[in-house]
Amino acid sequence: MMRQDTSGHGRNAVEVRGLVKHFGDTKAVDGVHLNVREGTVMGVLGPNGAGKTTLVRMLCTLQLPDSGTATVAGYDVARQPRPLRRRIGLTGQYASVDERLSGFENLYMIGRLLDFSRSGARQRAYEMLERFSLTDAASKPIMKYSGGMRRRLDLAASMMGNPEVLFLDEPTTGLDPRTRQEVWDHTQQIVAEGNTVLLTTQYMEEAEYLADELTVIDHGKVIAEGRIADLKARVGQRMLVIRPAVPQHLQHLVGVLTHYGLAGTVADEAQGVATVPIVSDEQLSGIVRVLGYYNYPIADIATHLPSLDEVFLALTGQKTDSQDAGPPGSGPQGAGSGYQEAVA
Amino acid sequence: MTTPTMAPQTPTTAAPQRSRARGNDGGRIGLRANLRHTGALARRNAVQIKQHPELMMDSLMIPIVFTLLFVYVFGGAMGGGSPESASENRDAYTNYLVPGIMAMMSLTMAMSVGTGINEDSRKGIMDRFRAMPIARASVLVAKCLVEMCRLLLSLVVLVIVGFLVGMDIEGRWMELGAAMGLTLFFGTSLLWVFMLMGLTMRTAQAVQGVSFLVTTPLQFGSSVFVPTDTMPAWMETFTKFNPLTHVADANRALTMGTGEVANPVMWAVIWSVGIIAVIMPLAIVRFRKRT
Ligand SMILES: Nc1ncnc2c1ncn2[C@@H]1O[C@H](COP(=O)(O)OP(=O)(O)O)[C@@H](O)[C@H]1O
Ligand SMILES: [Mg+2]
Repeated sequence: MMRQDTSGHGRNAVEVRGLVKHFGDTKAVDGVHLNVREGTVMGVLGPNGAGKTTLVRMLCTLQLPDSGTATVAGYDVARQPRPLRRRIGLTGQYASVDERLSGFENLYMIGRLLDFSRSGARQRAYEMLERFSLTDAASKPIMKYSGGMRRRLDLAASMMGNPEVLFLDEPTTGLDPRTRQEVWDHTQQIVAEGNTVLLTTQYMEEAEYLADELTVIDHGKVIAEGRIADLKARVGQRMLVIRPAVPQHLQHLVGVLTHYGLAGTVADEAQGVATVPIVSDEQLSGIVRVLGYYNYPIADIATHLPSLDEVFLALTGQKTDSQDAGPPGSGPQGAGSGYQEAVA
Repeated sequence: MTTPTMAPQTPTTAAPQRSRARGNDGGRIGLRANLRHTGALARRNAVQIKQHPELMMDSLMIPIVFTLLFVYVFGGAMGGGSPESASENRDAYTNYLVPGIMAMMSLTMAMSVGTGINEDSRKGIMDRFRAMPIARASVLVAKCLVEMCRLLLSLVVLVIVGFLVGMDIEGRWMELGAAMGLTLFFGTSLLWVFMLMGLTMRTAQAVQGVSFLVTTPLQFGSSVFVPTDTMPAWMETFTKFNPLTHVADANRALTMGTGEVANPVMWAVIWSVGIIAVIMPLAIVRFRKRT
């Protein structure tokens, strides 16, 4: 998943410094800082209304920031919009292709707007249709396209000009799982070619699949940022949900697991379950041993990928926890081995 | 291995500034590029029409329906004539009416651009255009070009229908061409009025409602359908300030060869130039700033 940063020598393709955008009382974006190094993929993760779209729109010069600065490909969003626009591609949250035109006509038009010659635009359009598996639908109007085909055409349109920085605003929201995989595959191909991508999403799974680094935002503010692997070390790669058969055991169970070094363990009284972020398979077998040792009757036990809610809970919860649990920064191996020692 | 850091964060010292020796590429957009962009965007509108011919219904049907209705419903009764002279009256009215409907078409066709641009500007495709290295005005100019073609087509249809129901211009073809050109020019100025409305108002329904309220009095409170001298004084005064009256009178003076030509033509041109000079920049600024 994580790619080497060979290209660009670690220069920043996107630099955001204290960006602010308010709509009346709504602080859509409220002092965001972030860097995207050239040739890497930044995932911006946040729930609905977090300010993702507003952030992307400002970076694409569609909206002026109230304050703060941002540069994309070295150009300032407020002062140098024209050269900036030449170097970006945007796939908005809502389809940004012309419904009444065919796939080919859409791409051809964009080629001409990007100053391709007539034959150049035609050639590039067919190239992109081929690449995004749309050759068969080239002359069909977009109205007849499926959701996944539209998204792919949107990606093709954004890639027409071979942009230095590609912005993808929630590329798979509202798609069914199979179509989502299709879009992921194509996005991953773009990513694999070493393009710089800023991607917004509501799904941890999507960020994990596509991004190198993550910026988690909520209410327009950055809550956490870092490499996916590091964040996962704090959040857990999987969540283990344990439902004791006897509800009164819940608090005791959480106490025991916390005692054995699983600081992220949270009791959900309403659901009657304990949720444990799992970093390694060894942890899982360790927990099973602990459960066996105390001989709790268990009604249900299951693992799943962390949801956005759980990521938020773990990230914001950990902030206070890590202060009593010693200095942070032990990393996933540290956390894993620490736990093994505890249960051994 | 770096550790994830928690917000709020102090900005890391900015990475060494990339030296950008890129000259002024992507800065100003040259005339040729502007024309190419406008052409590509106009082509988009044209292809839309090709694939959805029903988009042309109004420019074809309105001139036919209005001409037939007015000629055959009112034509015979015009001039207070008796039933015996109905046919003559009808021919005379046809000569009077068709140049008037030309003026009306400029308003009717321009009206539809307001709702169109309002709907268009809320779709994702506009964001794509606005995030591209093109002059934003070219989106509006392309729309304007295509709408001018639609208006021209509807004027041609109107004149053909006019001839079919008995209009007689006594060989004044040059004058007919001049009248169409004048109408096209005035219609173009109106396009910008409705584009500004479409860009300013929130919903397409609001645009449609206001357009209807504004255009109906302008259409009927003018010399488009009947001469103004039988109207009460206040109404006649209104018609004198109504640019549609000037355009209709100018068209008539040209195609019928009666009445003064210079004065109504001058007023029609003054109105058109004035509207373009004031409204077009406003619409373009509005479009640029729209978020
Ligand atoms: N043009 C606008 N006018 C008023 N409020 C807006 C506008 N755009 C976004 N907002 C508000 O700003 C907040 C962030 O919105 P958005 O950036 O779309 O979030 P996200 O894309 O993360 O769902 C929301 O509360 C939204 O209602
Ligand atoms: Mg959004």
